[in-house]
Amino acid sequence: MLILECPYCGVKAEETELSPGYEAHLKRFGPGASPEEFEAYMFARKNPKGVHFERWRHTYGCGKWFLAARCTATLEVFGTYPAQVSEPPADIIAKIQARRPGWQPDGKVTK
Amino acid sequence: MSDPVSALNGASFQGFSTVREIGPLGMITLRAKGVKALDKAVKAVTGTKLPATRRIEVNGDKACGWMSPDEYLLVVPYAEVSNALASLAKSLAGEHHLAVDVSDARAVFRIEGDKAADVLRKLSPVDFDKLEPGELRRTRAAQVAAAMWAQDGGFTLVCFRSVAGYVMGLLSHSAQPGSEL
Repeated sequence: MLILECPYCGVKAEETELSPGYEAHLKRFGPGASPEEFEAYMFARKNPKGVHFERWRHTYGCGKWFLAARCTATLEVFGTYPAQVSEPPADIIAKIQARRPGWQPDGKVTK
Repeated sequence: MSDPVSALNGASFQGFSTVREIGPLGMITLRAKGVKALDKAVKAVTGTKLPATRRIEVNGDKACGWMSPDEYLLVVPYAEVSNALASLAKSLAGEHHLAVDVSDARAVFRIEGDKAADVLRKLSPVDFDKLEPGELRRTRAAQVAAAMWAQDGGFTLVCFRSVAGYVMGLLSHSAQPGSEL
C-alpha cells in the first residue's frame, strides 16, 4: 500500500484516497511543434525501474494535484511536493541522492 | 415556501452507537484565497475565526471548516443561509470569491456513543486515535467522499445527498450490535 503525504493539507493519505495522474514534469508541445515532438509529448512515457516522478490527486481529501517522487521497484517514497513547479525541487533531489547515490535528475545514474 | 426536507427524513439506527441523519442543516461553500477581508467576512457569518489547515472552528450551531487551501465550509442554521450569503456578498464585494448554498446538496449524520469512532473506523482509511479535537478530516466512507469531525462527544459526517441512503446503510451496518472493535 502506497502512502503519500499531501503537501497541501498534510494528510498522510493512502492510495485509495488518491487518484493517479501518471508521469510528472511533462513539457507540452502544442501548435508549431514538429510531429515527432508532439507524438513524444502525447505518447512517449518513461517507464523506469527505480526513481520516478508522478502526479497524484488527493481526490477524497482537499482535491488538489501534487507531485510525488518514489521508487517503482521498492515503492519507497522520497517525498511529495506542490505541483506548481516545472522540475523537482532541490530538497527532493537531495533526498533521492541520499538514498540512491549517483542518481541524477534526468534519470541517468553516474557511478 | 415549501418546507425543507432532509435527505432521509431524520432516519436513525440504534446499534452499539446511535446513527442519526440530522438536518436540514445550512451549509455554504466559500471559495476564496488570499482575500484580505476573508477572516472578517467569515467572522460576521459564523462568529468564528478562519480555521487553520484541516481544522474546524465551532461556535454553537455555527461552524467554519477548512476544506482545501481555497475552500471553506460554513455551517449555519438552515433558515439563516440567505442572510449569511447576503452578508458574504457584502463583505467580499469586489473580491474574487464564490459563495454557494449547498445545504440541499448534502446530507449530515451524527454518530454518537462511547464507541462512535469504531463505526467510522471500519469505513475510512483514517486513524481516529490520532484525529485531534477540532480536526476536520475529508476522506472516503467506503466508496463515497465524506467529511467528518468530532463534536459534542460524537462525530458529525457530511456527504453528498445523492448517496445519503448508501451512507446510512453503511453506518447502520457498521454499528450493528456485537460488531464493536
